[in-house]
Amino acid sequence: MGPAAILRGQFQAFPGYRQEGVFRWDKRGPTETIGSRVGEIPRGTLTEIAGPASSGRMTFLHALLAAVCAGQEFCALIDAEDAFDPASAAAAGVRLSQVLWVRCGGNVEHALKAADLLAQGGGFGIVALDLAESPARITRRIPLASWFRLRRAVEHTRTAFVSIGQQIYAPSCSTLKIELRWDRTLWRGHIPAKLLRGIGITAQRTRNHQVGQEQFTL
Amino acid sequence: MFACLHAPGNAALLVECARNYSPRIEETSPDTVVFDVLGLGLIFGAPHHIAAEIHRQVGLPANIALASNPDTAVHAARGIKGVTVIPPGQEATMLASLPLYLLGGSPEFAAAMDAWGIRTFGELAVLPRPGIAARLGDEGLYMQRLARGEGDRLLRLQDKPLEFQEEMEPDDPIELLEPLMFLLSHLLHTLCARLSSHALAAHEIHLLLKLERAPDHTATLRLPVPMLDAKVFLKLLQLDLSGRPPQAPVKKIRMRLTPVQARTMQHGLFLPSSPEPEKLEITLARIRNLVGTANVGAPELLDTHRPDSFRRGPLCLAKQPNAPAARSRQGLRRFRPPQSAQVFCTALGHPAKIVSAKAQGRVIAFAGPWRTAGDWWTREAWDWEEWDVEIANGLLLRVHRDCRIEKWFLDGNYD
Repeated sequence: MGPAAILRGQFQAFPGYRQEGVFRWDKRGPTETIGSRVGEIPRGTLTEIAGPASSGRMTFLHALLAAVCAGQEFCALIDAEDAFDPASAAAAGVRLSQVLWVRCGGNVEHALKAADLLAQGGGFGIVALDLAESPARITRRIPLASWFRLRRAVEHTRTAFVSIGQQIYAPSCSTLKIELRWDRTLWRGHIPAKLLRGIGITAQRTRNHQVGQEQFTL
Repeated sequence: MFACLHAPGNAALLVECARNYSPRIEETSPDTVVFDVLGLGLIFGAPHHIAAEIHRQVGLPANIALASNPDTAVHAARGIKGVTVIPPGQEATMLASLPLYLLGGSPEFAAAMDAWGIRTFGELAVLPRPGIAARLGDEGLYMQRLARGEGDRLLRLQDKPLEFQEEMEPDDPIELLEPLMFLLSHLLHTLCARLSSHALAAHEIHLLLKLERAPDHTATLRLPVPMLDAKVFLKLLQLDLSGRPPQAPVKKIRMRLTPVQARTMQHGLFLPSSPEPEKLEITLARIRNLVGTANVGAPELLDTHRPDSFRRGPLCLAKQPNAPAARSRQGLRRFRPPQSAQVFCTALGHPAKIVSAKAQGRVIAFAGPWRTAGDWWTREAWDWEEWDVEIANGLLLRVHRDCRIEKWFLDGNYD
């Protein structure tokens, strides 16, 4: 009998011993997250945010970027279709000098390569890949291996990789999937002093096959 | 403690060698350099170890002398071959046998010494001071102090601007990038070693390639932070040259690094992570090669009311003040350039239906118009009427009517 077995025997002989409590070991440890006003996303993994146009995807991204900037970290945004609006991002609390903005002019392949380089480089709080305006016939053809490569690049780092698209492209690869759906548009006042107040959305979060749903106004 | 190097005909090499040990250098004459070695004892140990290290570094037959004052070191180096270390208090003894012409001085002083039969430092040193003062004045007393090794002057420093430039002219013009990178690597390592010896770093790399039967090829790389890593510089140059290769074989290479103070950084366990500047610069160079230089950077809003006005700025890796509080929450996804649209309006001028390639449908709610105009004194004048509209399928759009040309455009959608 080896020393480990002897030690285990002594533990088992101890009154009140519960085997599962002593020898269970959670290798994963607590997950770090980026907390924002629209919810938390985990670091070191791939998160997908999907939804149709005007479902709050960009507002969601702005909230995440603002949360990362507030923590004195840096953000990388790979903008496949050159759709990012710096003015509205600044108004949402994003510190633009901490955002590396890569404009790919509609080339999804370049966007994927740039995302890979930035994820491999490390040091960013968040690397966001915006494919929301890219044609679905192209984004659907992105091989699953590319998504796994991106996820692998940020594993065991403090970088959160976020992909934004019209639909979930890599369900087996992303740790967290957030599907957004437009519910209603909120207006305030009457013509001619009418103002757009926001949009009401429903967010369905899927993680570890557990689905949660919440509704909020952006 | 001062060290003196004396080697006829090698002034540049002597200065270069001296710069490896001290920034306080005096070029006494074209064949003699004296410099301050105070503090080198902490690195090399006793004075004879310092002398041996300098002798090893020089790499040519030169006389080296270490003494407690510059004049004694200069005289010893000029008069005694090899390595000489003069301990403090023994200057007069060590210099006694040196010939008097090494002292220099005016022709009258030299004539007087010749007439008196004084031939060595030792003979001058033992003469009575009152007699010297009466016959030769201040110059005589000064020369006697030098002969005794009692000089106490300061170094006459020359503050020459440091230049870190190297040139290379290969035997045959270089046509391929690979052998060119090999030569650039050699130049970069040399320049970085020189910068390192001065505790400096570089923040600009200037490369000039003289081409065969073609205009010169130049490349200037501006680094976000001072760096001193030849491998990083080489990778950046490689990426730059592969994206914009020379148009003809290279017959001469000239490289210059702009020196700046090296970056010092305090690391901490609880500081937020940030990209390593060296690694980030290489990553950005790769991405610039991919998507173009104008498409990579941190956005910077311009001080104007013109919609969608920004410019590309550098990513600032320094600590920033707190982020501004959020003023608005609605994100806008822009169409660049704005999409031309056909908008049908009601009798009151409100948008009723939109038809365009990006979106089409009946308008069910709207807000506006918001009038903006500006730059009317330039050709880039604008006069817009902006509307926020919701169309039947739930799409929220920002549209504008260009009042100058009476056309409608889709700016983007709220997302």
